Amino acid sequence: MRVFMLGWEFPPFISGGLGTACYGLTKAMDQLNIKVIFCLPAIADSDYTTHVKLLTPSSRLSATSFTFGKLKNVAFRTIPSLLQPYSTSQGYQQRLEETKRKARSRGSAAVCSIGPTDYSGDMYTEVHRYAAVAAELAKNEEFDVVHAHDWMTYPAGIVVAAVSGKPLIVHVHSTEFDRSGEHVNQMIYDIERAGMHTADKVIAVSNFTRNIIISRYGLSAEKVEVVYNGIDHNGNGNMDLGETRIGKDEKIVLFLGRITMQKGPEYFLMAAKKVLDVTDSVKFIMSGSGDLMPRAIEMAAELGIGHKVLFTGFLRGEDVERIYRMADLFVMPSVSEPFGLVPLEALENNIPVIISKQSGVSEILRHALKVDFWDIDEMANKIIAVLKYPPLGATLRDHGRYETRKLRWKDAAQRCAQIYEELLVTV
Amino acid sequence: MASVCFYFQVHQPLRLRHYTVFDDSNRYFDDYKNAAICTKVANKCYLPANRLLLNLIKKYDGRFKIAYSLTGILLEQLQQYSPEVLSTFDALAETGCVEFLAETYYHSLSFLYSRDEFLEQVSKHMETIEYLFGQKPRVFRNTELIYNNDLAALIESTGKFDAIASEGADHILGFRSPNFVYRPKGCGKLKLLLKNYALSDDIAFRFSDRNWSQWPLTAGKFAQWVSAVNGNGNVVNLFMDYETFGEHQWADTGIFDFMSHLPQEILKHPDNDFKTPSEVARSYEPVGTIDVPHLTSWADTERDVSAWLGNAMQSNAIHELYRLEKKIKDTSDENIITDWRKLQISDHFYYMCTKYFADGDVHKYFNPYDSPYDSYINFMNVLDNLSRRCSTRTAEPAFCGLSQNKGRPSLQTQMAD
Repeated sequence: MRVFMLGWEFPPFISGGLGTACYGLTKAMDQLNIKVIFCLPAIADSDYTTHVKLLTPSSRLSATSFTFGKLKNVAFRTIPSLLQPYSTSQGYQQRLEETKRKARSRGSAAVCSIGPTDYSGDMYTEVHRYAAVAAELAKNEEFDVVHAHDWMTYPAGIVVAAVSGKPLIVHVHSTEFDRSGEHVNQMIYDIERAGMHTADKVIAVSNFTRNIIISRYGLSAEKVEVVYNGIDHNGNGNMDLGETRIGKDEKIVLFLGRITMQKGPEYFLMAAKKVLDVTDSVKFIMSGSGDLMPRAIEMAAELGIGHKVLFTGFLRGEDVERIYRMADLFVMPSVSEPFGLVPLEALENNIPVIISKQSGVSEILRHALKVDFWDIDEMANKIIAVLKYPPLGATLRDHGRYETRKLRWKDAAQRCAQIYEELLVTV
Repeated sequence: MASVCFYFQVHQPLRLRHYTVFDDSNRYFDDYKNAAICTKVANKCYLPANRLLLNLIKKYDGRFKIAYSLTGILLEQLQQYSPEVLSTFDALAETGCVEFLAETYYHSLSFLYSRDEFLEQVSKHMETIEYLFGQKPRVFRNTELIYNNDLAALIESTGKFDAIASEGADHILGFRSPNFVYRPKGCGKLKLLLKNYALSDDIAFRFSDRNWSQWPLTAGKFAQWVSAVNGNGNVVNLFMDYETFGEHQWADTGIFDFMSHLPQEILKHPDNDFKTPSEVARSYEPVGTIDVPHLTSWADTERDVSAWLGNAMQSNAIHELYRLEKKIKDTSDENIITDWRKLQISDHFYYMCTKYFADGDVHKYFNPYDSPYDSYINFMNVLDNLSRRCSTRTAEPAFCGLSQNKGRPSLQTQMAD
């Protein structure tokens, strides 16, 4: 079985759940001996090229293929592009401007064969340019199915599938409705819809998302499958010795995620205010960045809790581990979360979690406290209970951590493989 | 001679209302929900079952006998929400073929934490039963049939009981059969009646299970199994939850029809009869001693106390509850003491069980909470409020929930007579 997979990002440079999910899935497929050709956008010349250098010290920036560590069955193809996950078209414009500026300032010292002038002027055109390049690339590859992750890759997936005649699977990690509420961007919606309808099969990361796909995108139920995400079990011997938490007088409640509407940061802050009305020795940490971050900082100040809320900005690598070790409780107040990998990571790091009922992960996670995202009274009630009654947190942690062991990428990969097989039979 | 000894456990807990850390009220219980559930169960189970059994008793003219254990909490709710059920229990009592057992009034685990409180609750229960039905209970059963040697010794020392009931668990019986009367280790006079769990659970759990090899269970088939005990046992103790009839096993499974034919089928064999627990104790001498150093119960496959005390939340909640005993009793405030006692109802801790959380089944069906964690949080919030009330107590007029009922006498105030 050979899969032409279209993704957005790959380690070690991950900016969110999508990258983590692609990594987990690909790694699991590699272990099942499924051959994967992983195609992703790579920024040819900017501050973000560190990740490419790490992977292939010798190859040039415009090189299109490399392998990654122990993944024997996975080959990577990068297409120079400024497309970045979770970006808006303004964000794209900014990156484009910056790239052009850097190229001008460096002059002839720039050693890359694809110049910034090759990027499209706006994000949507870029998506289609990317698709065209992907199709060219695909002509030289052999594969049985095409698997595209989230909207930016759908046009590429459609084209590659059409050109090669292979079946297309579209993997929905999030929809416009999750990201933008009711004010969806029509162009992105159209791309999502086209991708879903053209695909031979649609995979959703939860029943929560599946329902949105069926009701908001007009797909028929048989076409949509649910494959839950998994979590990597690092086995890094991360025993909870409890030392870092003893002696600390203040409890720490953690929010980790993009500070954007979808993640419900304002509900976190309102609940924090209610908690702080009742108890004083607790601090709230918001780790992440996003379009609502300035607004969140203002809101904390307005609520009068500014001194109790800390903003760390975007955390990566070891910093994430450090923040988990400091935290006593993790809260995910998402407004609309297709899955939600972060609470699983928190459990892996031995912290009890409170999650929004409006999330995919709440379908499968039993040992977590669940609350409607808007119910800040109940959210505060549960936060205070965890902070006040140690046995609650202890039981949630132990059982929750045990539960995450059942959520394996291996199972997700096997399910995908099954879906591939079914498609190949009917084709 | 196989004597069939039926004993039905009748209990309804009081469910707490949603109580957050921001709540400040003294009203902890969800009266609306409790009323709704009580009337529902009364209609599906208590009334049809009582009527059926009453008819059977009359039909067999003294040859068909049964026993009940009714918790104080149940009786209070029946009086408040479904008094017609009490009148059917009255009628049953008057037949002279119905025995009432004694237990803790509040269906509590107090035996494990406070002997004094335990004995007070047992006393109160016995007074209530005597007041309502004119019977002085002589047979004791502890909450959820929790039992060990110490309990038997304590019960014997009161001098008020002839026998005590327990689960006939494999790990205490070994090769022996539950179909005999035994002596608890350490006792001289008290007799031990052991539940025949195989036959009891055939009715209580497997009755409607189509995957069961013996489905469908007819009265005739069951009577044959009972008769097979002849020569190899004296008594078949069928102890079960009364809600088997109509709630756990819905009417359409045929459970009522089964029961209505059972006496006839059992009595077909001349060596069979029905006995109440006291009659069993009077008729048979113990054939041996049973040693139960560790606690057993009739719950789950483990038949131990893990359903109520298996995780950190449960043991923490119950410890905190009983730690308040002195503080609560020192207030001498009836309302506070009664609220504290109502928090001892074992169901509160049952809801916090995480044992089968992933698998659902029995624990979850009767759980008013979405998750065991919610029940713990709720309980601890209430306990916290109760504890604070002790410290900040101002003189309150005696408040009794039952007196809300337009002058209907309450079980509690009558106890003071």
